Amino acid sequence: MNVFDIIGPVMIGPSSSHTAGAVRLGRVAWKILEEKTVRADISLSGSFAQTYRGHGTDKALVAGIMGMHSDDERIRRSLALADEEGLVYSFKALDIRDAHPNTARIHLKGENGAECTVQGASIGGGNILVSEINGMEVSFTGQYNTLMVLHYDKPGTIAAVTNFMAYSGTNIGNFRLSRPKKGGEAVMTIEVDQDVDESLIQSLRILPNVINVILIRAI
Amino acid sequence: MLDYNSIAAICEAAKQKQTTISALVLSDQAEQMEIPEEKLYERMKKSLHVMQEAVKEGKNPDIRSTSGLTGGDAAKVESYAHTGGITGKFLNHAMARAVAVSEYNAAMGKIVASPTAGSCGILPGTVVSMLEEGRCDEHAAVMALFTAGAIGMVIAAKASIAGAQGGCQAECGSASAMAAAALVELAGGTPAQAAHACAMAIKNQLGLVCDPVAGLVEIPCIKRNVSGIAIAFTSADMALAGVESKIPVDECILAMRQVGDMLPCTLKETSQAGLAATPTGILLKKQVFGEI
Ligand code: SF4
Repeated sequence: MNVFDIIGPVMIGPSSSHTAGAVRLGRVAWKILEEKTVRADISLSGSFAQTYRGHGTDKALVAGIMGMHSDDERIRRSLALADEEGLVYSFKALDIRDAHPNTARIHLKGENGAECTVQGASIGGGNILVSEINGMEVSFTGQYNTLMVLHYDKPGTIAAVTNFMAYSGTNIGNFRLSRPKKGGEAVMTIEVDQDVDESLIQSLRILPNVINVILIRAI
Repeated sequence: MLDYNSIAAICEAAKQKQTTISALVLSDQAEQMEIPEEKLYERMKKSLHVMQEAVKEGKNPDIRSTSGLTGGDAAKVESYAHTGGITGKFLNHAMARAVAVSEYNAAMGKIVASPTAGSCGILPGTVVSMLEEGRCDEHAAVMALFTAGAIGMVIAAKASIAGAQGGCQAECGSASAMAAAALVELAGGTPAQAAHACAMAIKNQLGLVCDPVAGLVEIPCIKRNVSGIAIAFTSADMALAGVESKIPVDECILAMRQVGDMLPCTLKETSQAGLAATPTGILLKKQVFGEI
């Protein structure tokens, strides 16, 4: 904890969990899709389902899906901006078993046909807990800079990634692997202490068997 | 390095180094975060500017929250403040600032959570008031936010700053305690006096429950930001007058934690009791969610 966790974050109101956290969840999905979103179908569970309108959670999620940060003043107008940009969105209530009360499941379609599904919860103070990406179980909070490395489960891939990070002087605080099927698509979630350089991400991206590398910055 | 586990220890360190809490905390944070002091100062200055902008925007009479439940009261308080009211122009203008920022937050405006969005009007209501009423310069106001931040860090470590965990004493109570210490520093008081002001502010909000109508950060949150600044100002003035809190501040924080733990879940942000569960509270909730 540092002094800016108390005097901060700078954010769009009214609630760190219902707006700031929701923007960040949307943004994670946006980052994973990596192309212009044309359609967003959002399912909300628990208290999100009941209170999303009064809190502006709908605007916050759509703003995140459009790539905005949680202090972007356009969040207030995000639904109108989405209409202007031709982003079609829908909200529905969904009972997700055993999910945190503020859970959203976001399904995106991109202009070139890419799709992704992200499930996560806003767990307070603007922090999030992402639990599922494209059907793969993950677990990261966004409290630390987090690298998500989508890759093919092939021998040497993890070693190559972590070695490269060690070489660049990046200290790994937490590492988790999710591998639904041996040899198939898998994801490493790596929480790091320091800032992450764009050049590190680019270098990791071109390693063999790495499909994509996404950085989710800490608040 | 400071460990932010005890306000007494921070005051003692400031006394030994013959410096203010803010200067001590700024240099410590620079060391801990491995970022130069000037950069941290600049970042804090930006936060102060966000607060000032929110004060200005929030006074717009047409401002309304997303739910439609609140908005427009800051403008009323602001125009009344010119009369001096009962408590004088200074406090009335400060009240207008606290309402303005809280209403702006509810209207999806840009604010600084300090420590939370629900209590975001309290530091602007106090520290920005000192600045805008000519009681201090910008540098002092920025520094005072470091003092406030340090108090908040100790409360977060030893008790809580989340309504869902500790009730509203943890949000508006903490913000008010942070503001009280910052005000003492701004008025030229000692670190020990800041700690006493902080203790008095906590004592005055101990047990405050979190019971937001319809689960929205509006009713009663906005008005609690006003009582939060009033308590901060009076606690600071008491401490500056030489009044001491018989219960040391760190023990007050532990009491806050104990009380927070004992509060039932229904009074910790779940909107199942208190003001949220009054007939009018329930009616407003139904209105907001389109059930009537
Ligand atoms: S009542 Fe609850 S939601 Fe409102 S300011 Fe207090 S702690 Fe925050």
